[in-house]
Amino acid sequence: MSKRPKRFQPVVATANDLATGTVVFRGADGGWSGDIARAEIATSPEAADALLARAQADQGPGNLVVDVAVIDVVREGAFVRPLLLRELIRTSGPTIALPQDSSPRGAPPASGL
Amino acid sequence: MYRYDEFDQTFVQERVAEFRDQVARRLSGELTEDQFKPLRLMNGVYLQLHAYMLRIAIPYGTLSSRQLRLLASIARDHDKGYGHFTTRQNLQFNWIALREVPDILDKLASVEMHAIQTSGNCIRNVTADHFAGAAADEVADPRPYAEILRQWSSLHPEFTFLPRKFKLAVTGAAHDRAAIQTHDIGLQVKRDETGALGFAVFVGGGQGRTPMVAKQIRDFLPEEDLLAYCEAVLRVYNLEGRRDNKYKARIKILVHETGEQAFAQAVEAEFAALKGKTLTLPADEVDRIGAYFASPAFASLPGRSDVLDRAVANDPDFARFASRNLHPHKATGYGIVTVSLKPVGTPPGDATAAQMDAVADIAAHYSFDEIRVSHEQNLVLPHVRLDDVPAVFAALRNAGLATPNAGLVTDIISCPGLDYCALATARSIPIAERLTERFADLDRQHDIGDLKIKISGCINACGHHHVGHIGILGLERRGEEFYQITLGGSGDEICTIGEIVGRGFSSGEIVDAVETVIDTYLGLRTSPQENFLAAYRRVGEAPFREALYAAAG
Repeated sequence: MSKRPKRFQPVVATANDLATGTVVFRGADGGWSGDIARAEIATSPEAADALLARAQADQGPGNLVVDVAVIDVVREGAFVRPLLLRELIRTSGPTIALPQDSSPRGAPPASGL
Repeated sequence: MYRYDEFDQTFVQERVAEFRDQVARRLSGELTEDQFKPLRLMNGVYLQLHAYMLRIAIPYGTLSSRQLRLLASIARDHDKGYGHFTTRQNLQFNWIALREVPDILDKLASVEMHAIQTSGNCIRNVTADHFAGAAADEVADPRPYAEILRQWSSLHPEFTFLPRKFKLAVTGAAHDRAAIQTHDIGLQVKRDETGALGFAVFVGGGQGRTPMVAKQIRDFLPEEDLLAYCEAVLRVYNLEGRRDNKYKARIKILVHETGEQAFAQAVEAEFAALKGKTLTLPADEVDRIGAYFASPAFASLPGRSDVLDRAVANDPDFARFASRNLHPHKATGYGIVTVSLKPVGTPPGDATAAQMDAVADIAAHYSFDEIRVSHEQNLVLPHVRLDDVPAVFAALRNAGLATPNAGLVTDIISCPGLDYCALATARSIPIAERLTERFADLDRQHDIGDLKIKISGCINACGHHHVGHIGILGLERRGEEFYQITLGGSGDEICTIGEIVGRGFSSGEIVDAVETVIDTYLGLRTSPQENFLAAYRRVGEAPFREALYAAAG
């Protein structure tokens, strides 16, 4: 039984910044930033392949990103968001409130005991 | 506690220097990601959804105050102010920059810690009963053996590239708090009829996509043969374990496919060739390592504490805490205190830097400077005078750590799930948080009694759902999260894998479904003394399935 071909969805190229691990997206200018709104959107399968090839080429020395992939996105007016929950969480951060530390950076608080 | 000798310290520091060089070469582009990835994994550095994650080994879950304070400082200075204690008694930092990892590892080395072998197809951090050295029901402290195993398995040249990862756990009591039967090798310290120490040996347990309870292949292994026998098991596995399919590469599959008896015979044959040679444990070496874990200087105290009794009588909050979070100690006049990392509506196992500092201070004052991490994602103060328990409770309460729920419905194990993990298929922390909110009422929790809920966000089962009394497995179907319920699992000495009760539930339905299961239990238990697991074992899944699916027809 043949699989039904997947309907094409616009994509953006994403990766993690090598030094920090931060999630980044490839812009039309070839730069990588944390803002998905600035990402180049490929709107055809051919454009998606070309975008992925350019993004993968960025993994070399000098433009150090890792785990390059293209992900499906949805455009809602000027707003762009990943289609899948996994990528939405990856883009926006955990869906839970992160624990809030009350102690100042650099030095531990004095013992209360 | 074990202290690094000169060899240990040099080894760890050289390893940090080596990794510092590797990171520099990666950041300069000299190393490709394909070349670098195995190197970072060997040092505990994963790339997760949002950032790098650093997994730090806490051997057999034992920490000193100094070490916990150092972990707090890393949380503050290199992360977002918190860390996550895992089901393997480790600590994970979720927001680490790769360029800072060498400095972090340097800091860890300064307190005799590292992240070596917290990833990869090698022997992982050896876990142990979190009440080790303190429990009233203990035959002997399992930690000296865990430490001997740690030393033997650290960079063992023969076992650096196993078919798959390999996990050992050791318990010193017949009541298994370390889930040894869900490990590749599980060891139970026991005595034979002459009083000599040795081990019952279990092999081939595990969870993941093919959960299996370990098979006992030795009823009693003499103490001196510990390493020779483990080496024999590993050697058989290393030679015969499957490498063609990573999902069939764990030793549990080998034991299953070979057959328990044939596998045991293969191990015994290998063991016969190793026995009595260089791996035999010298008694003086066992004593030397054992001395590091000698009991602290316990005072001679009466068995009852008037201070404790008065606090129980006068303070209902404290009474509740004492009834759940205080456990029997082997030394008269002392108790073991569970520090719950499961306040209502928060991620299980997370602790802020301030909370880590607070626990370190409390341990320094009241628990001989010792802290334990439990595989149930709580902390433990192992040696607290009964007279001091009210003061410890007050100090914990100031730090938001006095939730009186140890072993109750809100004491949930949960993996990080899709909120952090690159492998996850569904979120698990939000389900845990919503469950704790649903069951927040303490009277209700205490009425429900002993109940272990365990949640995994994918089939890899880091949240131990297979051995949850109520297990929840998060999956994805057509872009939507859904959750499968298993019932009747248990990770203790009567180890059982939970049974799937029926079709899964949506994220919106799952909390109601769990409540239905619990209400069903409350309706059918013979008395409040019959806990959930006992009731389930008596009646089976039918009444629960009926209650869950009756409405759907």
